[in-house]
Amino acid sequence: MSKSAATALELGLVNCHDCHLLVELEQARRHPHCPRCGAHLHARKPNSLARTWALVWAAIIFIVPANVLPMTVTTTLGAKQADTIMSGVIYFMQSGSWEIAAVIFIASVFVPFAKLCILIFLLCSVQFRWGWRPKDRTSLYRLTELVGRWSMVDIYVVTILVALVKLGAVAAIEAGPAAVYFAAVVVTTMFAAESFDPRLIWDVLEEDV
Amino acid sequence: MSAKHLQCESSPESRIDTRSVSEPERVATTHSGASTLIACHDCDLLHRLPERKTGLLLCSRCGAVLRRQKPDTVERSLAWTTAALILFILSNSFPFLAMKTGGLVQETTLLTGIRELWKQELHGLAILVLLTCVLVPLAQMLGLLYILVPLHFHRRPVPYAGRIYRLVQEVAPWGMMEVFMMGILVALVKLGHMATIVPGISVFSFGALIFVMAAAFSSLDPILLWDRLDLRR
Repeated sequence: MSKSAATALELGLVNCHDCHLLVELEQARRHPHCPRCGAHLHARKPNSLARTWALVWAAIIFIVPANVLPMTVTTTLGAKQADTIMSGVIYFMQSGSWEIAAVIFIASVFVPFAKLCILIFLLCSVQFRWGWRPKDRTSLYRLTELVGRWSMVDIYVVTILVALVKLGAVAAIEAGPAAVYFAAVVVTTMFAAESFDPRLIWDVLEEDV
Repeated sequence: MSAKHLQCESSPESRIDTRSVSEPERVATTHSGASTLIACHDCDLLHRLPERKTGLLLCSRCGAVLRRQKPDTVERSLAWTTAALILFILSNSFPFLAMKTGGLVQETTLLTGIRELWKQELHGLAILVLLTCVLVPLAQMLGLLYILVPLHFHRRPVPYAGRIYRLVQEVAPWGMMEVFMMGILVALVKLGHMATIVPGISVFSFGALIFVMAAAFSSLDPILLWDRLDLRR
């Protein structure tokens, strides 16, 4: 890392999170609101690590019932059938529509787990002050921000199925308890990604040089 | 789309040297509206804004997009946002899927799906879907129109314009229409085994809406907008 390049903080400037105005650190301390857009000013996101850890743990707790409990309950001619996320994927694989199986598996199983793993890895890397490939870790962070939303697909599918399939005794689909937990996983991981500050990755490098 | 090809990574010289920033430059940055310096939001590295009218400016250290400049940014985003609003109204007024089994036809619009979730006592879920697919996109479109129309006619920024633009930026991650579109497609194939599914007008307007919204947001230049919406002027 070349020593000549400077960050905003090194020069005593705070970058407004919302409008990217650079404000003097002194002024930001006295009056912690951006003079241009009114947003709360902070050099780094407040309590970034603690908040992100808390949200990650919450998501880890929610992800268990989300995968174990049924997502949908289908009633066809009096017979009830409960489907979890994985049993839905397996059903589609066996019935030949592997595209749908792949979409559901990636969006509902792979993405939430991968996102949690990446966030834990990033948190550890900052906490234990690793200097390993900061650019790639920043890209990983941007990736989690980008793909997290796609986990909502299953929630929307359930919404549509519930609205569409209600033919009384012939066939009806109801949302199962896992839907709520799954939505909670998506929401908490999105907040977790939002509360993590990627600048911490780079701060560690500068302090250790 | 042509601006994509103008992609040019900021040259190493545009990075700020600790010793090279003069005090007047620092003062000018923090006290005037039009700043010459920009800090990367992902790694905090300072850059000097080049005197270029169009193109993509990337952080030289972490690769984050610092600025995307296009010609006529206000007019372009105004046009795309207006188109998006029309498509949004269409998408919410017509059913997006109809299911035929025997003599029965069951149609669904976005709002009936949400009402059905609410009836099943899944209030949180219903609110989440309502927020992410209806309220957030609607708020974004109306907010942008409110800011862009007066700017287009060269009027003074409307009251609370800065605050509203800040809100539009902050809710952006929660607008998930493109994910909902994916949900429609999955549901379409899923139910295809059980019954005849007829896609409605909404599916097509929704599909178009996603691209129009994406175009509206990618044609915005937040740095230019913030310069013009400055609260202090």
